[in-house]
Amino acid sequence: MQPDRTAELVRLLRQRILILDGAMGTMLQHCKLTAGDFRGHFHDHAHELAGDNDLLVLTRPDVVRELHERYLEAGADIIETNTFSATSIAQADYGMEREVHAMNVAAARIARAAADAWTARTPDKPRFVAGVLGPTNRTASISPDVNDPGARNVTYDALVAAYSEAIAGLVEGGVDLLLVETIFDTLNAKAALFAIETFFAKAGARLPVIVSGTITDASGRTLSGQTPEAFWNSVRHVKPLAVGLNCALGAALMRPYIEEIARIADTFVSCHPNAGLPNPMAETGYDETPAQTSALLADFAKSGFVNIVGGCCGTTPEHIAAIARAVATLPPRAVGEDVPCPA
Amino acid sequence: MSRVMRLAGLEPLLIGDDSLFVNVGERTNVTGSKAFARLVLAGDFTGAVEVARQQVAAGAQIIDVNMDEAMLDSKAAMVRFLNLVATEPDIARVPVMIDSSKWEVIEAGLKCVQGKPIVNSISLKEGEAAFLEQAELVRRYGAAVVVMAFDEQGQADTLARKTGICQRSYDLLVDRVGFPPEDIVFDPNVFAIATGIEEHNNYAVDFIAATRWIREHLAHAKVSGGISNVSFSFRGNDPVREAIHTVFLYHAIRAGLTMGIVNAGQLGVYSELDPVLRERVEDVVLNRRPDATERLVTFAETVKAQGKTVTEDLTWRSGTVEERLSHALVKGITTWIVEDTEEARLAYARPIQVIEGPLMAGMGVVGDLFGAGKMFLPQVVKSARVMKQAVAHLIPFIEAEKAAAGAVGKPKGTIVVGTVKGDVHDIGKNIVGVVLQCNNFEVIDLGVMVPAQKILDTARERGADLVGLSGLITPSLEEMAHVAHEMRRLGMRQPLLIGGATTSRVHTAVKIAPQYDGVTVYVPDASRAVGVASSLLSDELKDAYVAEVAADYEKIRRQHAGKKGPKLVTLAAARANAVVTDWSTYAPPVPRTVGRHEFRDVPIAELVELIDWGPFFQAWELSGPFPAILDDPIVGEAARNVYAEGRAMLERIVAERWLVANAVMAIWPARAVGDDIEIFADGGATPSFVWRNLRQQNERPPGKPNYCLADFVAPAASGRSDWVGGFAVTAGLGIEDKLAEFAAAKDDYNAIMLKALADRLAETLAEWLHRKVRRELWGYAPDEALDAAALIREEYRGIRPAPGYPACPDHLAKAPLFAALRAQEIGMTLTESMAMLPAAAVSGFYFSHPAARYFAVARIGEDQLADFAARAGVPVDDARRRLASNLA
Repeated sequence: MQPDRTAELVRLLRQRILILDGAMGTMLQHCKLTAGDFRGHFHDHAHELAGDNDLLVLTRPDVVRELHERYLEAGADIIETNTFSATSIAQADYGMEREVHAMNVAAARIARAAADAWTARTPDKPRFVAGVLGPTNRTASISPDVNDPGARNVTYDALVAAYSEAIAGLVEGGVDLLLVETIFDTLNAKAALFAIETFFAKAGARLPVIVSGTITDASGRTLSGQTPEAFWNSVRHVKPLAVGLNCALGAALMRPYIEEIARIADTFVSCHPNAGLPNPMAETGYDETPAQTSALLADFAKSGFVNIVGGCCGTTPEHIAAIARAVATLPPRAVGEDVPCPA
Repeated sequence: MSRVMRLAGLEPLLIGDDSLFVNVGERTNVTGSKAFARLVLAGDFTGAVEVARQQVAAGAQIIDVNMDEAMLDSKAAMVRFLNLVATEPDIARVPVMIDSSKWEVIEAGLKCVQGKPIVNSISLKEGEAAFLEQAELVRRYGAAVVVMAFDEQGQADTLARKTGICQRSYDLLVDRVGFPPEDIVFDPNVFAIATGIEEHNNYAVDFIAATRWIREHLAHAKVSGGISNVSFSFRGNDPVREAIHTVFLYHAIRAGLTMGIVNAGQLGVYSELDPVLRERVEDVVLNRRPDATERLVTFAETVKAQGKTVTEDLTWRSGTVEERLSHALVKGITTWIVEDTEEARLAYARPIQVIEGPLMAGMGVVGDLFGAGKMFLPQVVKSARVMKQAVAHLIPFIEAEKAAAGAVGKPKGTIVVGTVKGDVHDIGKNIVGVVLQCNNFEVIDLGVMVPAQKILDTARERGADLVGLSGLITPSLEEMAHVAHEMRRLGMRQPLLIGGATTSRVHTAVKIAPQYDGVTVYVPDASRAVGVASSLLSDELKDAYVAEVAADYEKIRRQHAGKKGPKLVTLAAARANAVVTDWSTYAPPVPRTVGRHEFRDVPIAELVELIDWGPFFQAWELSGPFPAILDDPIVGEAARNVYAEGRAMLERIVAERWLVANAVMAIWPARAVGDDIEIFADGGATPSFVWRNLRQQNERPPGKPNYCLADFVAPAASGRSDWVGGFAVTAGLGIEDKLAEFAAAKDDYNAIMLKALADRLAETLAEWLHRKVRRELWGYAPDEALDAAALIREEYRGIRPAPGYPACPDHLAKAPLFAALRAQEIGMTLTESMAMLPAAAVSGFYFSHPAARYFAVARIGEDQLADFAARAGVPVDDARRRLASNLA
């Protein structure tokens, strides 16, 4: 387990806005990977494996490492492991549940190696690895059956078990912090946070945690129906290093919700929006250029909303470089000295 | 920064040190609301959710949910209710108070809510350790907590005890757990006043004083209470109770009460109470005079209002008789079916109209839902049970009418079904029968082990429109082809339907259909039976359907003829590629005991926890791995129900001794001679029987042997002693009596359930005995410690292949096995087709070799067929019939 770098992160967060990396999934889609690239040495595996992006840390680690390198070069302080769907629940689609531990360890190691190499190169700008815990492809609060609103296709216990496995792998592989992101159902996230807290209690040590929700549309609520403040109230018990929003809406539409989070959160605030809305005609599949996304995030920074910024779907190393330039001289959101600092 | 309790449902609720009083709705609490309890007990969760909606609409800012009722599975009810409420945005917008005296119920509830709830409650009742552990979990689940003023000595009833326990709890929570103080709510116990017992008179005063003390001394902590308790002695007199609540709350809130569990729609306003009533009530609440209770009791008589009537919420019972029948059919409820059917009979001109009208309409709904994948087999079979009981009630009237007048409505068609000669397996056939009956087919079920002659005679005598054959064991495939052949010989024209576990579309197309010049159709499962039967009997659909099937089967036959499967090697080449064991270094384990052992009346309770449930769901045509199937979005509910009912029946099987489980096994000296295994069961120097095995003959990848079971036994030439075991077990003794009872009650559902369970128990008994053999009787794995899941995954050393299964497809091996085991002594016999009786049975051989594994012999060549026939000393044609499925 890596040492707890909370104090170092808090010091940096009070100095400047930290940069999170950008999209992994949409970048991988542009790497023109073949079914054979995904499959690697899993020759005899019965399932189709093409599209299992998380598997690439085992079958094409070079491709994943290259993307990390590009984001670090673009100025990312924190890079995210390629583990969005590396849980036994999400991997069930590919019949790859057995590889989940290995995927998380490998993903963390690849990111760790890349981050450490860049820290050595730019010692004044230490790099951090965030172990990503995605939402899984199932939801604990929403019925999959129109005829039975009480039905569920995943239980809290199953989520805790799946997240626990992922967490153990990420920590073993050497992540600096854990990032629970793209939360469209807070109950799933609470299961992840429960697994994290249980892991920390057993380990007798902690790592900083960032929690990032997703407001799915103009209703201003998560998919499972919570307002941003209700979401914050529901995850605040883990005293995260930062809370924020990512994915779904582009920065323009996200503004009122990140503003609300910034108003109520007694901790640091992060924001990594999509590059606007999906646009099949655009090269990245999303409609904002690096100049546009970075201008929007610079506005958030000037408004005092954010401490950590980066990108989600459709963002590229060019977006991250533009964002890093745009917020470089802007002050981070002020967070009171008396906030309950992460333990 | 102020320390605010930040709760959430879909929307936030903030409670700070100076927030206004928060209403917690109490009506969704089975201990506090009889109406709610009735709804939940009746399983009417829709009605229960409505109660929650009313509470929120009436102003509840939090809803208290409590399912602590002795007759209820509180945990399941909590989960069900919270999951339902979660999907109702007008209710889910407020936070939940998860209320139970049982920690496991609280924990189950915490796993269902996405917001930040309040747990109600934990306390020092069980000591500090449990309190600290639960508090830590509450924090980790992300909830606030109500702490009851309760400790190892009991519930605090005086001011000193209340404040002492609250102080101690607060210190533990804040200092030891790091619990945020703003998330702590104390409940200093609201007890009933005006009970006539003097010590109770000061309870309200103590509560109010404790509230004030907590708010002054325990920073940021909050106070709550179950308000209705205070007026308990006036139950039945709602106006007085409301007045007591109002006065009590007025004073408690002024003392700092943060929140109260109240009937949100029924709070009075202090200043608007009748002054006399208010004064009398206040005397009692504040314990202002010794005769306060007496004075209020006297006064209360004058304000006693009429009790409001509560309507029993069995809403569907108030529908028309047609609606009730439809509801009962769709939901599978038999409780009122006879009385509803009788009501309908009286309302309709003729009894048959009840069947043709509402009952068929109801079954139509069931059929549609089943067809659309919205109902599943167990539910449909339950519906059929309701239907059968309704029809049974009407039959005497119909018969009477028929005697008086004439014909009745004609069913859609008549089908004769049976399990073919030599086979005793009928679960699937019975299901098909039920489903067809539900759809207004007349089903003539000839049972099991039905000779071809009887099937065909019956079909002709009864003018059947269809013939359906079922079977599970492989020899039944031959018998079905024989029946088809006979149908041609007799010049019959009825379509022939084929179903059962070993049947397949390919087998039907290639082996059965060509025997008959009528239509032969393979029916993969019960849900297809209706579609197939309807198409075959429909004037409009039949020709197209028959042509479609014929074309499909012709294509299969062409493909089959073209594709001969994987390439075969010669028998000699296959033998040269046998499994190699270095017998000079490997010595087979010497059994601790040889010879025969009987186990009579094995306790079924011991088996239950080892059951592999997967095949149980397959029997009900619900697909998915266990236990994940229980949470499956589509079949989960059906699976949960059939599982719960299966478990319930298992309990009765155990408690009422419905079934007897017997087992017999033996370990015998044995040696391999080529592909044969010679078994010395009677202690002599010549083998008591020779088990002729088959060897895989398909071309194997490099490094992979051509397996034969004989490879796992030491050959004579090795100089090693070796052994094989034999076993036969059944869990079906005594089943006939119970099945007869179910048949008399027209209860197919339970009959099928019992057979499915007996099958599971037999398999489990085989697993149980095999484990005993490995650990004790043979004893080569004395330290094996595998749990049920590992057993199901067969993670142990050794195998127990069964004759008739892929590694040893020749069923005839069962005859010498049964003889050597003297299986008849424990009540087991074989039919002429080698099906075991009772049907819930397993038999086979044990192998100890560490490399022993299951494999499929699959297709063999003519050379092996001839070799096998020569070894077994039978004509090649007999051998060909025995091994038909390996020659296809």
